[in-house]
Amino acid sequence: MIYRENGQFKTSYTADQQIFTIAQDKIFVLAVIAFAFIGIPFLVDEYLFRAILIPFLILALAALGVNLLVGYCGQITLGAGAFMAIGAYAAYNFFIRIDGMPLIVALLLGGLSSAGMGILFGIPSLRVRGLYLAVATLAAQFFCDWAFLRIQWFTNNSSSGSVSVSNLNVMGWSIESPVEKYLFCLTFLVVFALIAKNLTRAIIGRQWMAIRDMDVAAEVIGIRPMYAKLSAFAVSSFFVGVAGGLWGFVHLGSWEPAAFSVDRSFQLLFMVIIGGLGSILGSFFGAAFIVILPIFLNQFLPALGSFFGIAISTAAVSHAELIIFGSLIVFFLIVEPHGLARLWSIAKEKLRLWPFPH
Amino acid sequence: MGFFIETLIGGLMAGMLYSLVALGFVLIFKASGVFNFAQGAMVLFAALAMARFSSWANAALGGDSLFLANLIAFVGAGMVMFIVAWVIERLVLRNLVNQEGATLLMATLGITYVLEGVGQTLFGSEIYNIDVGMPKDPVIMFESLFEGGILINKEDFIAALIAAILVGVLTLFFQKTPIGRALRAVADDHQAALSIGIPLNRIWVIVWCVAGVVALVAGIIWGSKLGVQFSLATVAMRALPVVILGGLTSVPGAIVGGLIIGVGEKLSEVYLGPYVGGGIEIWFAYMLALVFLLFRPQGLFGEKIIDRV
Repeated sequence: MIYRENGQFKTSYTADQQIFTIAQDKIFVLAVIAFAFIGIPFLVDEYLFRAILIPFLILALAALGVNLLVGYCGQITLGAGAFMAIGAYAAYNFFIRIDGMPLIVALLLGGLSSAGMGILFGIPSLRVRGLYLAVATLAAQFFCDWAFLRIQWFTNNSSSGSVSVSNLNVMGWSIESPVEKYLFCLTFLVVFALIAKNLTRAIIGRQWMAIRDMDVAAEVIGIRPMYAKLSAFAVSSFFVGVAGGLWGFVHLGSWEPAAFSVDRSFQLLFMVIIGGLGSILGSFFGAAFIVILPIFLNQFLPALGSFFGIAISTAAVSHAELIIFGSLIVFFLIVEPHGLARLWSIAKEKLRLWPFPH
Repeated sequence: MGFFIETLIGGLMAGMLYSLVALGFVLIFKASGVFNFAQGAMVLFAALAMARFSSWANAALGGDSLFLANLIAFVGAGMVMFIVAWVIERLVLRNLVNQEGATLLMATLGITYVLEGVGQTLFGSEIYNIDVGMPKDPVIMFESLFEGGILINKEDFIAALIAAILVGVLTLFFQKTPIGRALRAVADDHQAALSIGIPLNRIWVIVWCVAGVVALVAGIIWGSKLGVQFSLATVAMRALPVVILGGLTSVPGAIVGGLIIGVGEKLSEVYLGPYVGGGIEIWFAYMLALVFLLFRPQGLFGEKIIDRV
């Protein structure tokens, strides 16, 4: 009853092309953002920040980047973890090698370096398509794994191979406590989500979608495939690179190349596909699902075991986690191949028509 | 010169082993259009089953006949792989007909997790040995031709031989038997195959089954080389460049691709590795495949992709 666009008349083209054409949507999203900034810091304890909220925000940002490439431009990538690594290590080198480098600038420069590498590794996409491309992007992954492990310069010649940063601060505001880290990441995510949303509505996003739907046809109607594909790789890698920087700097603090292994790439692709290809909202759903599920299983299974009076060993729990995680992924793909975002839009459609069925 | 040829032969034999894993990918992709990431997990699963069955059978027979125990274990593990194939077809593939490639790919990644979990729950997660009586000692050949001769690992040689035989058998199976013809028909066009009365679901079970047996053979060979452990599942990652280099739809491509990658890896590691700090094997294979792909986007022997608006 409440969710209606009745009476909301658009009198200009600008009004008609807003991000949220229905006023209730706008109010809802603004309320969620306001709650995330003001409400959550008072409600949530430190463990939740560390274990769930901060990883969720950062991985959602990375998933957003992957979704731009996979969901909007149709280029499957299995190398997202590599671009996170490039972002993190580039930001690290900018941060410690240049005196007085501001944190945000370092992170953005990390993102830019990642974008540059993204263009480089995106070049095969001009010739190679589909699953061949997916496997080809693994080249980026394994090359970066190797480079950050073996080339000492990237890790500032640290003997253990791991790097660490400390004393994070933005214009005097030092980012130490989980709440501050949370707010820092949240700001990044909100800004980048807005950028992503606008990119996909703009000419560049439409070009990506045309390429995704059929690249030969897109070329015929005058879209330059090289420009469109490489720009998708660049923007996507930029997002993923910034997320990588945040992951290393804010979430981990000190890290090794293993933090950005091929498993991370798969994880990001899972988020995008389970959340919904070609949907900004889907990236958030997917990230939430993939971040929360393992933690939930980890807590829930031993509790379930003790409820039935069986002590489950940690090895058995980790195996059961694998099984349940895998089956749930398959289950979701079967039930809703278009992702959780589709469920959301179906729900919204139903709500608009309620109480009538059609 | 002797050393170069030694490296070359080592690379060729390693390449045959990659082809063996790559073959599983190709079989499934040809028949069902699924890029099966779970192939590595299937190799691990089959090897775990084989190792455990073999030790159980050996204990039951009182350790008399290793050959008999291995035979029982092989049949048992083959049956396990049949069950796996049937379950996957029944629960996953049948429900995902006509989905996009990326979705199917993700589904097989889901299957990977499940197989790894189930395998380790059923068979335990320690490191096991598979002993099928492969000779471990190296032999030295062509001593008259080169100084010091050429060192050849007998185990690798036999493994390469087995791989070659398997490929021959599979080729015959695909080209000469009615089932093979049905498989090729399904690979060509699902709907056309259905319309002339080929049971799609049964064909998929058969194909996954064959891929399972290939995984079993790969698992036995890799397992007796490296020991059966969790890292065996990453063998799939090593075989991926082979698949795209040879072409996703070509059995000979898997072989030739495997040989190229095997030789490229070994030569690069020996001659290029020392200059850049070593360990370049794994990404060099991908880069090599990428270079080939730039010239032939569908792989060396893959079907040409024709786009029409």
